[in-house]
Amino acid sequence: MHDIAQTVSNFVDLNWMNMTYLFLVGFVGGLVSGFIGSGGAFVLTPGMMSMGVPGLVAVASNMCHKFPKALVGAIKRAKYGQVDVKLGIVLGVSAEAGVLYGAHIQEGIKKAFGDAGSNLYVSVAFVVILAVVGSFVLRDAWKTYKSGASNEAEKVTKIAKWVQSINIPGTMVYFKSLNAKISILFTIPLGFATGMLAATIAVGGFIGVPSMIYVLGAPSLMASATELVIAFVMGLGGSFKYAMHGLVDIRLSMIILGGSLFGIQLGAIGTTYVKPYMIKMVMGVIMVIVLFSRALMVPVYMSQLNLIGQLSETTMKSLKSTSFAIMIFALALGAFIILRAIWQGRRAEKLSAQEAVIHGKV
Amino acid sequence: MGSNYGKKKPIGRMIIMGIISIALYTALLTNQAIINNYVGRGGIYAFLPIVMAFIFSFVHGNFTGDFWAVIGVEAARKKKEVK
Repeated sequence: MHDIAQTVSNFVDLNWMNMTYLFLVGFVGGLVSGFIGSGGAFVLTPGMMSMGVPGLVAVASNMCHKFPKALVGAIKRAKYGQVDVKLGIVLGVSAEAGVLYGAHIQEGIKKAFGDAGSNLYVSVAFVVILAVVGSFVLRDAWKTYKSGASNEAEKVTKIAKWVQSINIPGTMVYFKSLNAKISILFTIPLGFATGMLAATIAVGGFIGVPSMIYVLGAPSLMASATELVIAFVMGLGGSFKYAMHGLVDIRLSMIILGGSLFGIQLGAIGTTYVKPYMIKMVMGVIMVIVLFSRALMVPVYMSQLNLIGQLSETTMKSLKSTSFAIMIFALALGAFIILRAIWQGRRAEKLSAQEAVIHGKV
Repeated sequence: MGSNYGKKKPIGRMIIMGIISIALYTALLTNQAIINNYVGRGGIYAFLPIVMAFIFSFVHGNFTGDFWAVIGVEAARKKKEVK
Protein backbone atom coordinates (compact mmCIF):
# COMPACT_ATOMS: atom_id res chain seq x y z
CA MET A 1 0.00 0.00 0.00
CA HIS A 2 2.91 2.26 0.80
CA ASP A 3 4.19 1.97 -2.75
CA ILE A 4 0.85 3.03 -4.15
CA ALA A 5 0.87 6.03 -1.82
CA GLN A 6 4.21 7.09 -3.14
CA THR A 7 3.81 6.41 -6.82
CA VAL A 8 0.34 7.81 -7.36
CA SER A 9 -0.29 11.49 -6.96
CA ASN A 10 -2.88 11.06 -4.26
CA PHE A 11 -4.20 14.53 -3.93
CA VAL A 12 -6.37 15.94 -6.69
CA ASP A 13 -6.94 19.63 -7.31
CA LEU A 14 -10.16 20.75 -5.74
CA ASN A 15 -12.50 23.20 -7.44
CA TRP A 16 -15.75 24.71 -6.24
CA MET A 17 -17.84 22.22 -8.19
CA ASN A 18 -16.13 19.26 -6.53
CA MET A 19 -16.33 20.81 -3.10
CA THR A 20 -20.03 21.64 -3.46
CA TYR A 21 -20.74 18.11 -4.67
CA LEU A 22 -18.89 16.54 -1.73
CA PHE A 23 -20.58 18.88 0.74
CA LEU A 24 -24.05 18.10 -0.60
CA VAL A 25 -23.57 14.34 -0.82
CA GLY A 26 -22.04 14.57 2.65
CA PHE A 27 -25.18 16.30 3.88
CA VAL A 28 -27.56 13.73 2.43
CA GLY A 29 -25.35 10.83 3.55
CA GLY A 30 -25.18 12.34 7.03
CA LEU A 31 -28.94 12.75 7.15
CA VAL A 32 -29.45 9.09 6.30
CA SER A 33 -26.79 7.83 8.70
CA GLY A 34 -28.13 9.99 11.53
CA PHE A 35 -31.39 8.16 11.01
CA ILE A 36 -30.51 4.55 10.16
CA GLY A 37 -26.98 4.41 11.56
CA SER A 38 -25.08 4.20 8.28
CA GLY A 39 -25.19 5.09 4.62
CA GLY A 40 -23.74 7.52 2.18
CA ALA A 41 -20.44 5.76 1.65
CA PHE A 42 -21.72 3.83 -1.33
CA VAL A 43 -22.21 7.11 -3.19
CA LEU A 44 -19.26 9.04 -1.76
CA THR A 45 -16.50 6.58 -2.59
CA PRO A 46 -17.38 6.12 -6.30
CA GLY A 47 -18.18 9.85 -6.44
CA MET A 48 -14.67 10.75 -5.29
CA MET A 49 -13.17 8.24 -7.70
CA SER A 50 -15.00 9.90 -10.58
CA MET A 51 -13.17 13.11 -9.62
CA GLY A 52 -9.89 11.34 -10.22
CA VAL A 53 -9.19 10.38 -6.61
CA PRO A 54 -7.41 6.98 -6.48
CA GLY A 55 -9.62 4.18 -5.11
CA LEU A 56 -7.72 3.62 -1.87
CA VAL A 57 -7.54 7.35 -1.13
CA ALA A 58 -11.30 7.60 -1.72
CA VAL A 59 -11.95 4.75 0.72
CA ALA A 60 -9.51 6.21 3.27
CA SER A 61 -10.87 9.75 3.02
CA ASN A 62 -14.43 8.50 3.30
CA MET A 63 -13.51 6.57 6.43
CA CYS A 64 -11.82 9.58 7.95
CA HIS A 65 -15.06 11.56 7.69
CA LYS A 66 -17.11 8.62 8.95
CA PHE A 67 -15.72 8.28 12.45
CA PRO A 68 -16.04 11.94 13.53
CA LYS A 69 -19.50 12.04 11.96
CA ALA A 70 -20.53 8.87 13.78
CA LEU A 71 -19.19 10.32 17.02
CA VAL A 72 -21.27 13.48 16.71
CA GLY A 73 -24.33 11.42 15.75
CA ALA A 74 -23.84 8.97 18.61
CA ILE A 75 -23.54 11.80 21.15
CA LYS A 76 -26.69 13.42 19.81
CA ARG A 77 -28.68 10.21 19.90
CA ALA A 78 -27.32 9.31 23.33
CA LYS A 79 -29.07 12.47 24.55
CA TYR A 80 -32.34 10.90 23.41
CA GLY A 81 -31.47 7.72 25.35
CA GLN A 82 -31.11 5.62 22.20
CA VAL A 83 -27.49 4.49 22.43
CA ASP A 84 -26.23 1.30 24.05
CA VAL A 85 -22.56 2.23 24.39
CA LYS A 86 -21.52 -1.14 25.79
CA LEU A 87 -23.08 -3.07 22.92
CA GLY A 88 -21.60 -0.61 20.44
CA ILE A 89 -18.09 -1.02 21.80
CA VAL A 90 -18.33 -4.81 22.07
CA LEU A 91 -19.58 -5.10 18.49
CA GLY A 92 -17.21 -2.36 17.31
CA VAL A 93 -14.11 -4.14 18.54
CA SER A 94 -15.06 -7.41 16.83
CA ALA A 95 -16.01 -5.40 13.76
CA GLU A 96 -12.51 -3.97 13.70
CA ALA A 97 -11.17 -7.52 13.42
CA GLY A 98 -13.67 -8.13 10.62
CA VAL A 99 -12.42 -5.04 8.78
CA LEU A 100 -8.84 -6.27 8.90
CA TYR A 101 -9.81 -9.73 7.72
CA GLY A 102 -12.10 -8.32 5.01
CA ALA A 103 -9.32 -6.06 3.74
CA HIS A 104 -6.99 -9.05 3.69
CA ILE A 105 -9.44 -11.05 1.56
CA GLN A 106 -9.85 -8.07 -0.76
CA GLU A 107 -6.10 -7.82 -1.26
CA GLY A 108 -5.91 -11.55 -2.01
CA ILE A 109 -8.68 -11.34 -4.61
CA LYS A 110 -7.09 -8.28 -6.19
CA LYS A 111 -3.76 -10.08 -6.47
CA ALA A 112 -5.32 -13.18 -8.00
CA PHE A 113 -7.95 -11.65 -10.28
CA GLY A 114 -6.99 -7.99 -10.68
CA ASP A 115 -9.24 -4.94 -10.34
CA ALA A 116 -12.16 -6.41 -12.27
CA GLY A 117 -12.10 -9.53 -10.07
CA SER A 118 -12.11 -7.45 -6.92
CA ASN A 119 -14.94 -5.27 -8.28
CA LEU A 120 -16.94 -8.35 -9.20
CA TYR A 121 -16.47 -9.75 -5.69
CA VAL A 122 -17.65 -6.46 -4.16
CA SER A 123 -20.68 -6.28 -6.44
CA VAL A 124 -21.69 -9.89 -5.85
CA ALA A 125 -21.33 -9.37 -2.08
CA PHE A 126 -23.52 -6.27 -2.41
CA VAL A 127 -26.18 -8.08 -4.42
CA VAL A 128 -26.36 -11.24 -2.33
CA ILE A 129 -26.34 -9.54 1.08
CA LEU A 130 -28.66 -6.73 0.13
CA ALA A 131 -31.07 -9.14 -1.56
CA VAL A 132 -31.30 -11.35 1.51
CA VAL A 133 -31.14 -8.79 4.31
CA GLY A 134 -32.70 -5.84 2.46
CA SER A 135 -35.79 -7.70 1.32
CA PHE A 136 -36.22 -9.16 4.80
CA VAL A 137 -36.00 -5.74 6.48
CA LEU A 138 -38.30 -4.14 3.94
CA ARG A 139 -40.85 -6.94 4.21
CA ASP A 140 -40.87 -6.63 7.98
CA ALA A 141 -41.37 -2.84 7.83
CA TRP A 142 -44.09 -3.22 5.22
CA LYS A 143 -45.91 -5.86 7.31
CA THR A 144 -45.86 -3.59 10.35
CA TYR A 145 -47.17 -0.71 8.27
CA LYS A 146 -49.95 -2.80 6.72
CA SER A 147 -50.99 -4.43 9.99
CA GLY A 148 -51.74 -1.04 11.49
CA ALA A 149 -49.74 -2.10 14.56
CA SER A 150 -47.09 0.54 13.99
CA ASN A 151 -47.74 2.08 17.40
CA GLU A 152 -47.18 -1.11 19.31
CA ALA A 153 -43.81 -2.02 20.78
CA GLU A 154 -41.63 -4.00 18.43
CA LYS A 155 -41.77 -7.75 18.93
CA VAL A 156 -38.57 -9.59 19.72
CA THR A 157 -37.99 -12.24 17.04
CA LYS A 158 -37.92 -15.95 17.83
CA ILE A 159 -34.23 -16.20 17.06
CA ALA A 160 -33.49 -13.26 19.38
CA LYS A 161 -35.52 -14.92 22.15
CA TRP A 162 -33.46 -18.06 21.63
CA VAL A 163 -30.18 -16.11 21.67
CA GLN A 164 -31.25 -14.40 24.89
CA SER A 165 -32.20 -17.72 26.46
CA ILE A 166 -28.80 -19.35 25.96
CA ASN A 167 -26.59 -19.23 29.02
CA ILE A 168 -22.89 -19.85 28.51
CA PRO A 169 -21.22 -19.25 31.88
CA GLY A 170 -18.38 -16.77 31.91
CA THR A 171 -19.47 -15.09 28.66
CA MET A 172 -22.74 -13.46 29.72
CA VAL A 173 -22.98 -9.67 29.52
CA TYR A 174 -25.98 -7.46 30.29
CA PHE A 175 -26.97 -5.00 27.55
CA LYS A 176 -29.47 -2.27 28.31
CA SER A 177 -30.82 -2.15 24.76
CA LEU A 178 -31.79 -5.80 25.00
CA ASN A 179 -32.72 -5.61 28.66
CA ALA A 180 -31.18 -9.04 28.88
CA LYS A 181 -27.92 -10.85 29.34
CA ILE A 182 -26.50 -12.49 26.25
CA SER A 183 -23.38 -14.44 25.59
CA ILE A 184 -20.58 -12.41 24.06
CA LEU A 185 -19.99 -15.41 21.80
CA PHE A 186 -23.06 -14.33 19.83
CA THR A 187 -21.93 -10.74 19.42
CA ILE A 188 -18.45 -11.59 18.16
CA PRO A 189 -19.50 -13.19 14.84
CA LEU A 190 -22.09 -10.46 14.27
CA GLY A 191 -19.52 -7.72 14.83
CA PHE A 192 -17.05 -9.58 12.67
CA ALA A 193 -19.56 -9.85 9.82
CA THR A 194 -20.36 -6.13 10.17
CA GLY A 195 -16.67 -5.31 9.85
CA MET A 196 -16.15 -7.63 6.91
CA LEU A 197 -19.03 -6.02 5.11
CA ALA A 198 -17.70 -2.57 5.92
CA ALA A 199 -14.34 -3.55 4.43
CA THR A 200 -16.06 -4.91 1.34
CA ILE A 201 -18.90 -2.52 0.51
CA ALA A 202 -18.15 0.31 2.97
CA VAL A 203 -21.54 0.06 4.67
CA GLY A 204 -21.25 -2.32 7.61
CA GLY A 205 -24.54 -1.07 9.02
CA PHE A 206 -26.47 -3.09 6.47
CA ILE A 207 -25.49 -6.14 8.53
CA GLY A 208 -24.93 -4.47 11.90
CA VAL A 209 -28.36 -2.87 12.35
CA PRO A 210 -30.52 -5.79 11.15
CA SER A 211 -28.49 -8.24 13.22
CA MET A 212 -28.94 -6.16 16.37
CA ILE A 213 -32.68 -6.00 15.71
CA TYR A 214 -33.42 -9.52 14.54
CA VAL A 215 -30.69 -11.67 16.08
CA LEU A 216 -30.06 -9.89 19.39
CA GLY A 217 -33.50 -8.37 19.91
CA ALA A 218 -32.68 -4.64 20.15
CA PRO A 219 -35.38 -2.07 19.30
CA SER A 220 -34.83 -0.41 15.87
CA LEU A 221 -34.15 3.01 17.37
CA MET A 222 -31.47 1.67 19.66
CA ALA A 223 -29.95 -0.57 17.00
CA SER A 224 -29.56 2.27 14.51
CA ALA A 225 -28.14 4.60 17.19
CA THR A 226 -25.76 1.95 18.49
CA GLU A 227 -24.52 1.35 14.95
CA LEU A 228 -23.03 4.86 15.13
CA VAL A 229 -20.81 3.70 18.02
CA ILE A 230 -19.72 0.70 15.95
CA ALA A 231 -19.02 2.99 12.98
CA PHE A 232 -16.96 5.25 15.23
CA VAL A 233 -14.82 2.43 16.62
CA MET A 234 -14.38 0.84 13.20
CA GLY A 235 -13.81 4.13 11.41
CA LEU A 236 -11.23 5.36 13.91
CA GLY A 237 -9.13 2.20 13.64
CA GLY A 238 -9.51 2.05 9.85
CA SER A 239 -8.66 5.71 9.34
CA PHE A 240 -5.54 5.38 11.44
CA LYS A 241 -4.44 2.37 9.43
CA TYR A 242 -4.89 4.24 6.15
CA ALA A 243 -3.36 7.43 7.57
CA MET A 244 -0.24 5.46 8.50
CA HIS A 245 0.22 4.92 4.77
CA GLY A 246 -0.47 8.57 3.99
CA LEU A 247 -3.64 7.71 2.06
CA VAL A 248 -6.08 10.10 3.75
CA ASP A 249 -6.88 13.26 1.81
CA ILE A 250 -7.93 15.29 4.82
CA ARG A 251 -9.39 18.07 2.64
CA LEU A 252 -11.90 15.66 1.11
CA SER A 253 -12.72 14.16 4.52
CA MET A 254 -13.31 17.54 6.14
CA ILE A 255 -15.41 18.92 3.28
CA ILE A 256 -17.65 15.86 3.37
CA LEU A 257 -17.73 16.18 7.16
CA GLY A 258 -18.78 19.82 6.76
CA GLY A 259 -21.98 18.73 5.03
CA SER A 260 -22.53 15.52 6.90
CA LEU A 261 -22.53 17.13 10.35
CA PHE A 262 -25.48 19.27 9.27
CA GLY A 263 -27.15 16.09 8.02
CA ILE A 264 -26.44 13.84 10.95
CA GLN A 265 -27.88 16.30 13.45
CA LEU A 266 -31.06 16.51 11.42
CA GLY A 267 -31.26 12.74 10.92
CA ALA A 268 -30.87 12.19 14.66
CA ILE A 269 -33.62 14.74 15.38
CA GLY A 270 -35.75 12.87 12.83
CA THR A 271 -35.67 9.68 14.86
CA THR A 272 -37.59 11.38 17.67
CA TYR A 273 -40.54 12.06 15.36
CA VAL A 274 -41.06 8.67 13.75
CA LYS A 275 -42.41 5.29 14.66
CA PRO A 276 -39.70 2.62 14.92
CA TYR A 277 -40.74 0.76 11.76
CA MET A 278 -39.74 3.83 9.74
CA ILE A 279 -36.08 3.11 10.49
CA LYS A 280 -36.52 -0.33 8.94
CA MET A 281 -38.49 1.13 6.06
CA VAL A 282 -35.80 3.66 5.10
CA MET A 283 -33.07 1.09 5.52
CA GLY A 284 -34.91 -1.57 3.50
CA VAL A 285 -35.78 0.83 0.69
CA ILE A 286 -32.20 2.03 0.35
CA MET A 287 -30.80 -1.50 0.49
CA VAL A 288 -33.12 -2.84 -2.19
CA ILE A 289 -32.53 0.09 -4.57
CA VAL A 290 -28.75 -0.08 -4.10
CA LEU A 291 -28.99 -3.78 -4.86
CA PHE A 292 -30.34 -3.03 -8.34
CA SER A 293 -27.64 -0.45 -8.88
CA ARG A 294 -24.87 -2.92 -8.12
CA ALA A 295 -26.55 -5.74 -10.04
CA LEU A 296 -26.21 -3.61 -13.19
CA MET A 297 -22.45 -3.56 -12.73
CA VAL A 298 -22.07 -7.34 -12.50
CA PRO A 299 -22.12 -7.91 -16.31
CA VAL A 300 -19.53 -5.13 -16.77
CA TYR A 301 -17.02 -6.82 -14.48
CA MET A 302 -17.88 -10.27 -15.83
CA SER A 303 -17.12 -9.08 -19.33
CA GLN A 304 -13.82 -7.54 -18.17
CA LEU A 305 -12.91 -10.95 -16.75
CA ASN A 306 -13.96 -12.63 -20.01
CA LEU A 307 -16.56 -14.69 -18.14
CA ILE A 308 -19.16 -13.54 -20.67
CA GLY A 309 -18.89 -12.04 -24.15
CA GLN A 310 -17.37 -8.58 -24.57
CA LEU A 311 -19.77 -5.71 -23.97
CA SER A 312 -19.47 -2.68 -26.20
CA GLU A 313 -17.93 0.49 -24.79
CA THR A 314 -21.24 2.34 -24.94
CA THR A 315 -23.11 -0.44 -23.15
CA MET A 316 -20.53 -0.42 -20.37
CA LYS A 317 -20.67 3.35 -20.05
CA SER A 318 -24.44 3.45 -19.91
CA LEU A 319 -24.55 0.61 -17.37
CA LYS A 320 -22.03 2.45 -15.19
CA SER A 321 -23.82 5.78 -15.28
CA THR A 322 -27.25 4.19 -14.74
CA SER A 323 -25.85 2.29 -11.76
CA PHE A 324 -24.43 5.46 -10.23
CA ALA A 325 -27.66 7.39 -10.88
CA ILE A 326 -29.68 4.66 -9.14
CA MET A 327 -27.39 4.88 -6.10
CA ILE A 328 -27.86 8.62 -5.88
CA PHE A 329 -31.60 8.05 -6.24
CA ALA A 330 -31.52 5.54 -3.34
CA LEU A 331 -29.82 8.03 -1.07
CA ALA A 332 -32.06 10.91 -2.16
CA LEU A 333 -35.22 8.84 -1.63
CA GLY A 334 -34.04 7.86 1.85
CA ALA A 335 -33.40 11.52 2.65
CA PHE A 336 -36.79 12.50 1.27
CA ILE A 337 -38.63 9.95 3.46
CA ILE A 338 -36.74 11.21 6.54
CA LEU A 339 -37.37 14.91 5.82
CA ARG A 340 -41.04 14.22 5.14
CA ALA A 341 -41.33 12.33 8.43
CA ILE A 342 -39.72 15.23 10.32
CA TRP A 343 -41.98 17.74 8.63
CA GLN A 344 -45.13 15.72 9.36
CA GLY A 345 -44.07 15.04 12.93
CA ARG A 346 -43.40 18.70 13.60
CA ARG A 347 -46.69 19.75 12.04
CA ALA A 348 -48.60 17.26 14.20
CA GLU A 349 -46.77 18.53 17.28
CA LYS A 350 -47.56 22.15 16.48
CA LEU A 351 -51.22 21.34 15.87
CA SER A 352 -51.54 19.55 19.19
CA ALA A 353 -49.75 22.42 20.93
CA GLN A 354 -52.21 24.88 19.37
CA GLU A 355 -55.13 22.72 20.43
CA ALA A 356 -53.78 22.61 23.97
CA VAL A 357 -53.55 26.41 24.00
CA ILE A 358 -57.14 26.77 22.72
CA HIS A 359 -58.46 24.31 25.30
CA GLY A 360 -56.44 26.05 27.97
CA LYS A 361 -58.10 29.37 27.16
CA VAL A 362 -61.56 27.84 27.16
CA MET B 1 -42.04 28.45 18.38
CA GLY B 2 -44.10 26.34 20.69
CA SER B 3 -41.57 23.54 20.61
CA ASN B 4 -38.87 25.27 22.55
CA TYR B 5 -40.46 27.65 24.98
CA GLY B 6 -38.62 28.01 28.25
CA LYS B 7 -35.33 27.21 26.51
CA LYS B 8 -32.97 29.89 25.31
CA LYS B 9 -31.71 29.47 21.79
CA PRO B 10 -27.94 29.07 21.70
CA ILE B 11 -27.39 31.98 19.30
CA GLY B 12 -24.18 33.22 20.92
CA ARG B 13 -22.53 29.82 20.96
CA MET B 14 -23.63 29.16 17.40
CA ILE B 15 -21.98 32.38 16.21
CA ILE B 16 -18.73 31.67 18.07
CA MET B 17 -18.55 28.06 16.87
CA GLY B 18 -19.53 29.18 13.36
CA ILE B 19 -16.67 31.67 13.24
CA ILE B 20 -14.15 29.11 14.52
CA SER B 21 -15.48 26.57 12.04
CA ILE B 22 -15.11 28.98 9.12
CA ALA B 23 -11.60 29.85 10.33
CA LEU B 24 -10.67 26.16 10.46
CA TYR B 25 -11.96 25.50 6.95
CA THR B 26 -10.25 28.64 5.61
CA ALA B 27 -6.98 27.58 7.21
CA LEU B 28 -7.33 24.09 5.76
CA LEU B 29 -8.08 25.24 2.23
CA THR B 30 -5.51 28.03 2.11
CA ASN B 31 -2.74 25.74 3.35
CA GLN B 32 -3.67 22.68 1.29
CA ALA B 33 -0.18 22.08 -0.03
CA ILE B 34 1.55 22.14 3.35
CA ILE B 35 -1.15 20.06 5.07
CA ASN B 36 -1.23 17.46 2.28
CA ASN B 37 2.52 17.26 2.40
CA TYR B 38 2.51 16.34 6.10
CA VAL B 39 -0.59 14.12 6.06
CA GLY B 40 0.68 12.29 2.97
CA ARG B 41 3.88 11.28 4.77
CA GLY B 42 2.05 8.67 6.84
CA GLY B 43 3.80 6.94 9.73
CA ILE B 44 3.76 9.02 12.87
CA TYR B 45 2.02 11.82 10.92
CA ALA B 46 -1.07 9.58 10.91
CA PHE B 47 -2.05 11.34 14.13
CA LEU B 48 -2.43 14.58 12.20
CA PRO B 49 -5.60 13.75 10.21
CA ILE B 50 -7.09 11.96 13.22
CA VAL B 51 -6.56 14.93 15.53
CA MET B 52 -7.85 17.30 12.85
CA ALA B 53 -10.96 15.17 12.43
CA PHE B 54 -11.66 15.36 16.18
CA ILE B 55 -11.15 19.13 16.28
CA PHE B 56 -13.38 19.76 13.25
CA SER B 57 -16.06 17.41 14.56
CA PHE B 58 -16.12 19.17 17.94
CA VAL B 59 -16.30 22.71 16.56
CA HIS B 60 -18.40 22.09 13.47
CA GLY B 61 -20.55 19.49 15.26
CA ASN B 62 -21.48 22.02 17.94
CA PHE B 63 -22.11 24.65 15.31
CA THR B 64 -24.43 22.43 13.25
CA GLY B 65 -26.28 21.27 16.36
CA ASP B 66 -26.88 24.85 17.44
CA PHE B 67 -27.73 25.85 13.89
CA TRP B 68 -30.77 23.56 13.77
CA ALA B 69 -31.76 24.57 17.32
CA VAL B 70 -31.59 28.26 16.41
CA ILE B 71 -33.73 27.86 13.30
CA GLY B 72 -36.19 25.91 15.44
CA VAL B 73 -35.70 22.32 14.28
CA GLU B 74 -35.47 20.34 17.48
CA ALA B 75 -36.26 16.87 18.75
CA ALA B 76 -39.87 15.97 19.49
CA ARG B 77 -40.86 17.09 22.97
CA LYS B 78 -42.76 13.92 23.66
CA LYS B 79 -40.14 11.49 24.91
CA LYS B 80 -40.03 8.38 22.80
CA GLU B 81 -40.50 5.41 25.02
CA VAL B 82 -37.34 3.48 24.44
CA LYS B 83 -36.89 0.39 26.52
